[in-house]
Amino acid sequence: MSADATELRIVGFLCNWCSYGGADTAGVGRFQQPTDLRIIRVPCSGRIDPLFVVKSLIEGADGVLVSGCHPRDCHYSEGNYYARRRLEVLKRFLPILGIDPRRFEYTWVSASEGQKWKTVVSKFTEHIHELGPAPRLDSEACAQAAAIALQGL
Amino acid sequence: MHYLEELKQKIKDRLPELDVVIGWEQGFDPLRATPLFMKTPEDVDRLIAGPLCVHNLATHLTGLKGRKVGIIVKGCDSRTVVELLQEKLIDRGDVVVFGIPCSGVVSVRKIGRELGTLDYVESVDLSGDTVKVTSEGMEHSFALADVAADKCGRCQYRSPLLSDVMVGEIPDESATDDYSDVAEFEKLSLEERRGHWLNAMDRCVRCYACRNACPMCVCRDHCVAQSRDPHWMTQEDTVQNKLLFQIIHTMHLAGRCTECGECERSCPMSIPLLLLRRKMNKEINDLFDYRAGTCVDDIPPLQSFKIEEENITERGW
Ligand code: SF4
Ligand code: SF4
Ligand code: SF4
Repeated sequence: MSADATELRIVGFLCNWCSYGGADTAGVGRFQQPTDLRIIRVPCSGRIDPLFVVKSLIEGADGVLVSGCHPRDCHYSEGNYYARRRLEVLKRFLPILGIDPRRFEYTWVSASEGQKWKTVVSKFTEHIHELGPAPRLDSEACAQAAAIALQGL
Repeated sequence: MHYLEELKQKIKDRLPELDVVIGWEQGFDPLRATPLFMKTPEDVDRLIAGPLCVHNLATHLTGLKGRKVGIIVKGCDSRTVVELLQEKLIDRGDVVVFGIPCSGVVSVRKIGRELGTLDYVESVDLSGDTVKVTSEGMEHSFALADVAADKCGRCQYRSPLLSDVMVGEIPDESATDDYSDVAEFEKLSLEERRGHWLNAMDRCVRCYACRNACPMCVCRDHCVAQSRDPHWMTQEDTVQNKLLFQIIHTMHLAGRCTECGECERSCPMSIPLLLLRRKMNKEINDLFDYRAGTCVDDIPPLQSFKIEEENITERGW
């Protein structure tokens, strides 16, 4: 991605114990990273209601990234196991709504994996830039959809 | 219905030990049945059963928790009872399940579409697999299969999965369900799918009938749709809000929805809500080999986990 490309809106939900630490490690290590991601720190990936992701996407995020502790490493032992099921289900559900499932990813990054964090965030941002800004889901889009439906008849 | 008299008698036999038995009676016109709450033998005499009895009466069970309740179930309704038991939302000892066999229920909406209006239904005659509806002096005859609810065409549970008292003959025909409707819809482009839902949800009047009719929607007064803390949804009449609500409903029913179709049936705006639920269930089935409400001892998949998930691949970067 070139340095002057327009930023897109990417929301990141990071667990406090691993991935937020990992992002911090990447920062302390002064790794070059894209700046599109807005990080929201949550206590555990198990705290991430899939609806956080959906609400972000519906209200205009171009991409959503969730990151937690690796399986077996959860600070609360099993939060990320529940998260894994919910997030996988969500990812598979998105296509029926007409939302590109590539706009949502979830992954595991530990506090020591600054380099991995940099890779994850760079690759995800790159993917989102390839997809471009997300189509809106507002009343204007609705009017357009109605017009298309009418033409089709 | 040849088993109706037997059913009435069996309910009367059990009535003294129960606070209420829920069944169906003739509604405001010959085509529509309505739930019947039987407390006396005279109430039981009003009972009807058959293709007009579309309501999933299990919707009333959680509201009656703590009382001794009898309930009549078709196969699909029995799945709801199983799911409620699985989630410990009702106590097995408090419920007496009267099972009836089923050969399909009518979709009033489909008949309405054929007739043009449902305002003047004068009589309905059900014999065998034929439904004869007289409206505005005209008789219309349909094959039950043609005007049955979509779920009946793919029904695998014509006989209840759980019952304390069973009447009638167990029908043997069982259809398959390959979720072809979901696959068909997903042949559309992402843009077309998006357009479809925006169009559909634009009609939503936020009456919440879909939620209120859903037997597994049990938060009642604490529904996130109306809660201000957390404030998930605004009171604005935007398509985002309405779509968000349907996604909330679908997510909250993930691994719990038994596809009874009450949400879609109750929607006054004919929004095809079941497609969203079915998509979710298809994925749950693919991932966890699980169908809600089929086994009392199962744990809903989103309330459990495996350390190594067979069907979830770790994401490499
Ligand atoms: S889905 Fe099956 S049990 Fe339910 S009404 Fe239809 S035929 Fe009867
Ligand atoms: S979401 Fe619809 S189909 Fe599923 S249990 Fe609720 S009412 Fe029935
Ligand atoms: S029943 Fe239909 S119109 Fe009413 S809130 Fe549900 S989707 Fe909207």
